[in-house]
Amino acid sequence: MEQDVILLADHISFHYFDDNERPIPVLKDLSLTVNRGEFVAVLGHNGSGKSTLAKHFNAILLPETGNCIVDGINTREENRLYDIRQRVGMVFQNPDNQIVATIVEEDVAFALENMGVSPAEIRKRVDDALKSVGMYEFREHAPHQLSGGQKQRVAIAGVIAMRPDCIVLDEPTAMLDPRGRWEVMRTIRQLNREFGITVVLITHYMDEAAQCDRVVVMDDGKILFNAAPKEVFSHVKALHAVGLDVPQAAQLADELIELGYSLPPDVISEEECADALAALLDGAGIHPQHQA
Amino acid sequence: MLKDITIGQYFPGKSLVHRMDPRMKIILVILYIVMLFTGDNVGSLIVGIFFLLIAYPVSKIPMKMVAKGVKPVIPIILFTAVLNMLFVDGKVLWSWWVFKLTQEGIQLAVMMAVRIVCLIAGTSLLTYTTSPIALTDAIERLLSPLKKLNLPVHELAMMMTIALRFIPTLIEETDKIISAQKARGADMESGSIIDRAKAMIPILIPLFVSAFRRAEELALAMECRCYRGGEGRTRMKQLHLCGIDFVGLAFVVFCFALTLITNTLLPSMF
Amino acid sequence: MSILRTEHLSYVYSQGTPFEKIAIEDVNIDIEEGEFVGVIGHTGSGKSTLIQHFNGLLRPTSGKIFVDGQDIWANPKEIRKFRFMVGLVFQYPEYQLFEETVYKDIAFGPTNMGLTPDEIDRRVKEAARFVGLSPIQLEKSPFELSGGQKRRVAIAGVLAMQPKVLVLDEPTAGLDPKGRDSILSQIKEYHQENGTTVLLVSHSMEDVAQYAQKALVMNNAKVFLHDDVEKVFSHAAEMEAMGLSIPQVSRIFLDLAGRGYPVTPNVFTVEGAKQEILRVLGKGGSAHA
Repeated sequence: MEQDVILLADHISFHYFDDNERPIPVLKDLSLTVNRGEFVAVLGHNGSGKSTLAKHFNAILLPETGNCIVDGINTREENRLYDIRQRVGMVFQNPDNQIVATIVEEDVAFALENMGVSPAEIRKRVDDALKSVGMYEFREHAPHQLSGGQKQRVAIAGVIAMRPDCIVLDEPTAMLDPRGRWEVMRTIRQLNREFGITVVLITHYMDEAAQCDRVVVMDDGKILFNAAPKEVFSHVKALHAVGLDVPQAAQLADELIELGYSLPPDVISEEECADALAALLDGAGIHPQHQA
Repeated sequence: MLKDITIGQYFPGKSLVHRMDPRMKIILVILYIVMLFTGDNVGSLIVGIFFLLIAYPVSKIPMKMVAKGVKPVIPIILFTAVLNMLFVDGKVLWSWWVFKLTQEGIQLAVMMAVRIVCLIAGTSLLTYTTSPIALTDAIERLLSPLKKLNLPVHELAMMMTIALRFIPTLIEETDKIISAQKARGADMESGSIIDRAKAMIPILIPLFVSAFRRAEELALAMECRCYRGGEGRTRMKQLHLCGIDFVGLAFVVFCFALTLITNTLLPSMF
Repeated sequence: MSILRTEHLSYVYSQGTPFEKIAIEDVNIDIEEGEFVGVIGHTGSGKSTLIQHFNGLLRPTSGKIFVDGQDIWANPKEIRKFRFMVGLVFQYPEYQLFEETVYKDIAFGPTNMGLTPDEIDRRVKEAARFVGLSPIQLEKSPFELSGGQKRRVAIAGVLAMQPKVLVLDEPTAGLDPKGRDSILSQIKEYHQENGTTVLLVSHSMEDVAQYAQKALVMNNAKVFLHDDVEKVFSHAAEMEAMGLSIPQVSRIFLDLAGRGYPVTPNVFTVEGAKQEILRVLGKGGSAHA
């Protein structure tokens, strides 16, 4: 259905210039559709073009050829720039470098103040946004008193406060420790499920991509795979070839299949892998030894 | 370590003074300073001290914080006091070579010292009870009439906010870079002044590179959050004057009036 | 032989102020020459504070550190000597590059050591070779390179000091899987060729399982475990309780063992998991299902 498309990249190409003024193509005639309410991961190694693609979705960059359409608005329409930016919020890698104010709640209010929202409405939306990322009790803290994961959640709240239809996160967990990564991923999933916000997650962590509805794998400015995680992670060799990992569960299953054992081809979670191995052992006449 | 330095010297609290409108606090501090310099006698100094003796307890800031604020300027106070004592003409109490100690000189020295201490204690009270962000905000609003003269008031306030925001980040970063260069054997503790200045290069260059990178990323993030200058901007926190602000104003006006009265009743000492 | 040893090492931040915080407490460890040790612990567990003691960047509040048998604080004036013996690569080390060329930046450490120009040249080239930097790249400005390449330059800058102990604080943070694998295998290679003792601080249990022989687990300012990797990962439940994830295959095998299948739960690499399944299947008789 046409009206369900929130982000549309239609045959877009883009290049940078290197030091010698030679064009380096980054996106090559790439097309991608993201539907409203979807949770899409864009996976790729550094330099695959995934961050450049992200920057096209809120008109930081404009495609050289092709068009980028956000909620029906072409990103080339200059006079609608702020409509686009309000609809698609961006969260970047380094949480320190996107927090503007010295107090958490002031920072979350920043975008709304820029948009000229009335003070009472700002207050309400700031409180809502902080609650939805679980940072409400930290509203009067200074950013440097927070952990990396907390800062990143504040940055997400600052974007959510604009009530965007979609958020694009460019490697939001790359600089965080495991706890911070877990906090941020949980927050993003919640925003997607409970508030129906469309999420585009740029990452190179396959375990994060495995939690999404759909995984888009990029390599060399093009889309290599665009399918459900199960389908994508069954291509163990192809993913390794473009410098990406697969979950250990998928890797193990793949290696056993390679040796001629029969396992389901779409194992990605721990539980599925344990079940598959249990079935394999049962099939070979090895059963649990001490069960009630 | 660098990160032990506290910037802004703000003491969070919920006292009456903390709750005052920062704009009013700035105006009152200015009034207080004018008052200190209007008074010209012992009585007016007592009024100045009286103000502090009321204001500090009300704001729940310990009096010992006055000493902390004054400490860095003690050399200046001593220096001016010595100059005043030795070079002011008047009734000579003691003399040696070109120096003479006069009664007027001693009076003036004491008066000036007390004035400076009051001045610092008064302004410190403003920073102790007002967060840097509220202060910046208040300055922006007080200066906003100047926007009509095309002065970039909003931009200046924004720059101050960002500076305040990034000071702790950059201090932490400096600490880290110093450690990293020390780990590669950088020697920053010995050698001549020139050697030591040279030893700063491995710290300053990475720091600047990083500050520029941060600036670039921050600018991008601000643009993504629809920042387009001060035009059409609203604020979440509205400042408004309430009862306590007028009580504060009345108190300062009262002190000011006392000062003027002492000026007419007591002999001038300046 | 013991290359790095601590005795009752403790460190308290901002002692005597209201912000006082015990960062490490009574740490007693002994690391043998030539070992590859993974250092694990969540943020705030004290691991960063601990490693900054090994080369004398932090001076212990109490306790002693011995490098190659010498008490490093016996004469505080000579502390720089130990900075060269224990090379420390910080997190995001690319942010410390400052020289005009990659070559000069790598030479910074060796120059501070007061080596001869010939020796510096030899060491710079060797270090560059280990991290896969080409001679052309050596003449470039470090700021022209990509993030991953800058990281290599910074690591080479420490390798060029030829330390007896190499300590790396999350050398792969922020890198993609390919960059991570290549840097870790270069470090492993360096370890094997030179016999250098390596301490690798990492949040990734998968990486520790794959590259390290021993693991040192820090928790709440104390050493929780310091043992062979297999033995450390056999404490899976305690590790998970303190917020450290164990490798996914380890969890899978714990699950299988818990269901009663005759598999060992001490599996922590994909290769190990495959071998274990093959072993059990072999024992069970019938081969292909």
